[in-house]
Order: sequence, then structure tokens, then C-alpha cells
Amino acid sequence: MRFELTEERQMLQDGLRRMLADTVNLKEIVEGDAPWSQATWNALAEMGVIGALFTEDQGGFGGAGYDLMVVFEELGRAGAPEPLIESLIAGRLIAELGNAGQTAHVEEIIAGGTQLAFAHSEPGARFDLSRVATTARQDGKDWVLAGRKSVVVNAGAADYLVVSARTAGDIDVTDGLSLFLVPRNALDLLDYPLTGGGSAAELALQDVRLPGEALLGEAGHAFPQIELAVARGIAAQCAEALGMMERIRDLTADYLQSRTQFGQPLIKFQALAFRMADLLIEIEQVRSAAINIAGHLDADRTTREIHVSAAKELTCRVAKQVVEEAIQMHGGIGVTQEYDLGHFVQRLTMVHHRFGDALFHRARFAGLRAA
Amino acid sequence: MDLTYSDAHENFRQDLRAFLRDRLPEHISERVRLGQRLTKEDHEEWHAALQERNWFAGHWPKEYGGSGWDPVERHIFEEETARAHAPRVVPFGVAMLGPVLMKFGSAEQKAHWLPRLLSGEDWWCQGYSEPGAGSDLASLKTTAERDGDHYIVNGQKTWTTLAQYADHIFCLVRTSKEGKKQEGISFLLVDMNDPGIEVRPIVLIDGGAEVNEVWFKDVRVPVENLVGEENQGWTIAKYLLTHERTNIAGVGYCSEALANLKRIAGLEYQNGKPLLEDPLFAAEIARLEIDLMAMATTNLRVVSAAAEGNAPGVESSMLKVKGTQIRQELNDLTRLACGPYAMPFVSEALEPGSNVKAPGPDYAAAATPGYFNNRKLSIYGGSNEVQRQIIAKTKLGA
Repeated sequence: MRFELTEERQMLQDGLRRMLADTVNLKEIVEGDAPWSQATWNALAEMGVIGALFTEDQGGFGGAGYDLMVVFEELGRAGAPEPLIESLIAGRLIAELGNAGQTAHVEEIIAGGTQLAFAHSEPGARFDLSRVATTARQDGKDWVLAGRKSVVVNAGAADYLVVSARTAGDIDVTDGLSLFLVPRNALDLLDYPLTGGGSAAELALQDVRLPGEALLGEAGHAFPQIELAVARGIAAQCAEALGMMERIRDLTADYLQSRTQFGQPLIKFQALAFRMADLLIEIEQVRSAAINIAGHLDADRTTREIHVSAAKELTCRVAKQVVEEAIQMHGGIGVTQEYDLGHFVQRLTMVHHRFGDALFHRARFAGLRAA
Repeated sequence: MDLTYSDAHENFRQDLRAFLRDRLPEHISERVRLGQRLTKEDHEEWHAALQERNWFAGHWPKEYGGSGWDPVERHIFEEETARAHAPRVVPFGVAMLGPVLMKFGSAEQKAHWLPRLLSGEDWWCQGYSEPGAGSDLASLKTTAERDGDHYIVNGQKTWTTLAQYADHIFCLVRTSKEGKKQEGISFLLVDMNDPGIEVRPIVLIDGGAEVNEVWFKDVRVPVENLVGEENQGWTIAKYLLTHERTNIAGVGYCSEALANLKRIAGLEYQNGKPLLEDPLFAAEIARLEIDLMAMATTNLRVVSAAAEGNAPGVESSMLKVKGTQIRQELNDLTRLACGPYAMPFVSEALEPGSNVKAPGPDYAAAATPGYFNNRKLSIYGGSNEVQRQIIAKTKLGA
């Protein structure tokens, strides 16, 4: 039993925290037009942070759950919207399933020169990973894709997208799903900003013709890989949320200690102090849940997914409490764009809206336990 | 015990419904339904339509141009207008300042200001909160110093809702530093076009800018704009607050938010079924609906007591806490119901005259902004912490 970071991970955490504190410009994120900062991205790549998301076999130097946790916790603490989670989700799929031509991209992905997106979710699918209506049919040696993808994070900046499509089966079955590696310039997309930073796009796939070698992995059997990729994404989301919660906690504690009303600092009002104490308790719960999923990413499917849903359920539940209490204890200043808290509460609130909210994962957890 | 409305009240409701059908412009109600922002002209158009029936300030006595509504009629108005997606009547003039002038204003002030409130000629905003005076309002620092026939006003107000549309502001200002801090406050009417006033918008995380900072630098205000006596401002402020707290429960808005949530949950699918049939999601909606049904009756108990002439006291604090909790939870579930389409940040789509469209279904664009915007409900009008303190002090001797 050991809960300290290894020396390497400790160094990564220290270096990353310092670099992000120097580099991330919250004012630019909130007021600027860019969905994220190329300068911060370059600094992340230069530090080798993207490499920490891949195994040594894949050309990285980490790739384990605890590596992801270190990286995304610090991104969360800094409020950084750079799309590392897309490199993790789509990049690992390419590294693990790709043919020689496809895995050749991994070096440049780790170097930060290739941007990725994961185009899986569709209108009406919500958080159900098996519900895919987009189809891929074979036409000679080519594949032809038709359908729609929704809220595809980072699609506008991506060089390549990992796109899911159905090559067999009914709309809601896990069998019959396939993945394709698609250059962005083959796609029509409508780009828009996201709450809390970053961007996403709607994709209209109107008989998009791809060469045979665009297939990523085996046709019809991609569901287990999709589920694993999303499990990694959720582990990263939970760690990022944890970092954001700790930053919000610090901002709120500072505010309660420095803001005076009725002749004393707000923290002296027990009604507020006790609620703040509750937040400290709940945030420790989130840290433990994030450790649980990070430590079980390589476990068997059922064990892993039980921890995925447990961690996501708890993280979302606490995220709501942290966001709403932090705003309430700040008063009006807490919902202004100018004050740092605004960015963090926006970004943390979005944790409910990708890969499942608390209610979805509570039900899913119960189902997995009952099975 | 009788839960039914009188025939007279039922007739009023039918009359009001017919009026809303005929006279509430669709271009306005459609924006309200979709959570989009309104222009000053939209508000003015609606206010003028209401005034055709003397309903813009229906709760005012007839002698001042109102309809002399009793509290039940006022409640019915709030319920039905929310249901029909009418804009909220902007409260600062007719709901707040009007009653203050009737009670504390001089004959000249009443004759001058009240008709202009009703006609919409003047648009008022409220200068109460300051950066250092939020829940502790009496610690306000904006000063008004007497100089012959004028007061010279210096300081800063904040969270001033719709100041960008206003041409007048009623302010609490400090006229004395002697004695208790509540004893040196006065209530002053200020023309926003006076030199030395600057309005700066505050952009909120919903992307809108409905609140402002208002700065005063050596603003000269004629002494006849003092309402009541000098240093009587705190008494007036407390009186005004009791008016701010009417419709505090927001039963109409809650009912409308619940209907909207159910509609969305019927259109969104989870695991192949409408979200409305998802047992966990349906249970969350049920919990809020059960709360709302009880609160609606609590509200009617208070309204009914008020109709008998009993001024609502601590009950309005209770209704404020419960009403805002329910409405904020409804906003939270509405955002969750929209799933991934609650993520796009396309604030322009909510602005008047914009042809920018947010991705996804039309109801999703305002879901997250609405959730963030309505965090204000538990902060303004006396934060829910202040309300709990009032309840504890009044009922429990705390």
C-alpha cells in the first residue's frame, strides 16, 4: 500500500504545475476568440506531457492510470482547456489498433504536431456508447460513411478524427461497430465554442468515401475498444475535475477569509464555515474515487467499468455541490466573467455533459453490480 | 378550509387569459419561452399593452392609475403571465419605487413621478448594493453631501440590473457618519443623464450583461429629489424590501420551468427511451413537483392572509428560500436533460436580432446560461443566508 507518487510522477507534477502557472492565461481563455492556446499546447508537448499518456511500447513514457491522473489533475487546477483528453482517447486507439500507416502518426501526436478528435457521439445517443446510427458500407476497396456526429470536441482543430460507424447490426447493439481514421479535410463540419473553453463541431457525413486502409482495427468489433477509450477519458475527466475543485476550494477559502461583512471575515460565520468544511470532505472523496479508477484502468472489464461509473457518479455529484456552494458563498462576484472563479465553475459544470452524468452512472453502476 | 378561488377571482383569471392570448406579442413570448434576451423596446411594448387595461401596475390603488388588485389577483397575474411566457414586469419602477413614493413621497413628488412611471416615460433602476456592502447593506459608503440646494453624490453602486436601459436610479446614500450605520442613510432619486455618472456593464458567465456598475463622481442632485426625511433611508429601504419580496416564491415561474423540463425530458432519449421514462430522472422530476405542489399552497396561505390585511412577515423569508431552491433545482435538471447539447457556448444565439443559431434542439441553447443566470435567485433580494438569519431570529430568538 502506497499513496505517494513515484519520483518520476512527482517530478512531472511539480514541473507541470509550475509551467502551467506561468503559461495559462485565464483572461485570454475567457475573452479571446481561440478555443485554446497554441503556446500552452507547445509548452505541454515540449515538456513531454503528451508522452506521459502513452506507454513505452507506443513511444511514450507512461500511459498508466496514475500518469493520467497526475497530468489531468494539474490541467484542471490551471483551468487549461487544451485538448489533451482528445490525444489520450483517440491517440491510444490509433496506437493500439492502427495498421503500420496509422501508427506512424503516433510519434507526431506525442510531439504535439498532430491534433486529434474522437467522433463517436450522435444526436439522440446521449451517453449510450453502443447507440450508433452512422453507417459504413464497403464499395469495392473503399468505405463509404453516412450519418451525423454531434458535439465532437476539438474537431475544428484536429488533423485526424477517429470516427465510429456501424458496419453491421441494429442501432443499439454493441456488435457491428467499426472505427475509421479520417483526415479532417475529408469532412464537413460546423464549429462552435464550448462553455468553459475549447470547441466542438457537428459533423455531417454525406457519403464520405475513404480508402480501405482507413479502417482502424477490425471491422465490426470496436465496441470493447470504444468502451476502454471512454474509460480512460472518464479517468482523465475525474482527475481534471479534482484539480478544478481544489482550485475552486482555494479561491473560495481565500474569499471567505478576506471578505468582511457585519464587521468580521465571512469565514467566522459558522453557517458558511461548516459548508466549506463539507466541501473539503467531499473533495477528498473525489480524490479517492479518482485514485480508484486510475488504479483499475487495466483491470478486467467489469471491475474497470464499475470503477468508471463509481468515479464519474461521485465526481458529478460533488461537482454540482462545489460549483453551487462556491458561487453562493462568493455572491454575485462568483458569476462574473472577470473573476477567475467564473471560468472554473463553467468548466467544472461541463463534466456532467460528456460521457455521462451522475444519474446515468448511478443507474449504470447498479446494473453492473447486479449483473 | 377551502382551496377554491372565488368566482370573482376565477373571472379575473379568464379575462387575463383572454388578454394574454390577444395582446401578448408572439415575437416576445417566443423569446421568453426559449430563454432569449429581450430589448428595452420589447419590455416597453409589453408594459404599454398591459397599461391599456391598467394592469402594468395593477396592484396600485385606482387613484394612482392602478387597478387596486388584492393580493390574490396579483398572485393570479403572476401565475398566468409566467404560464403564457410573458416577460416579467420590470419591477424597479412600478413594483418598488411606486409604493415607496406613495408612502413616503411629498405631494409634488407623487404628482411628478407616478404618472411618468405608469406611462413608461421614466425607466428606473435600483442603486442599493456596493462592492463592500452586499448582505451587510447598511455598511454602504456612497456619500451625498449637502451643498446649498443640491446633494453632491460620490461613490459606486454594483449589480445594478438593467441600468443600461435606465434613465433614473433610486439610491441609498450616506448623509451622516454619526450614530449607528443604519441611521445615516437617505433615499435619493438621481437622473442618470447627470454629468459624473458612468455605467459599466458586468459580463456574467452566462455570456449576458444584465447587471452593471454605476459610478458617481461629484454628481449634483437637487434636494427636492430626497424622498422622506434625511437619514430616514433605512426605514424606506426596509419598506421597499417588503415589496421586493412579493411574488418571492415565484410559483408561476417554477410551474413554467417544470412544464418546460417535462417537455424536454419527453424529447430527449436515454438508452432508447424518453428521459421522462428513465426511472432515476423521473424520480428527480417527481421530487421537485411534490415540493412545488406544497410550496404553491404555502404561497396561497400567505397570499390569503395578506388579503385579510396581515402583512407577510417571516413567511416571505421562508418562501424565498424554498422557492429559489425549487427553481434552481429545476434549472439544474433542465440543463442535465439537454445532455451534450448543454455544452456549446453560443451566447449570441440568445441576443436580440441575432441570426446565430446554437447547435442542437432550440431548447438547449438557454439551458446552461439559464442555470448559471438563476444562481442569482439565492443571492439577490437578501441572500438565502440572510433569510435564514431572519427566520432564526424572528422565530427562534437566535
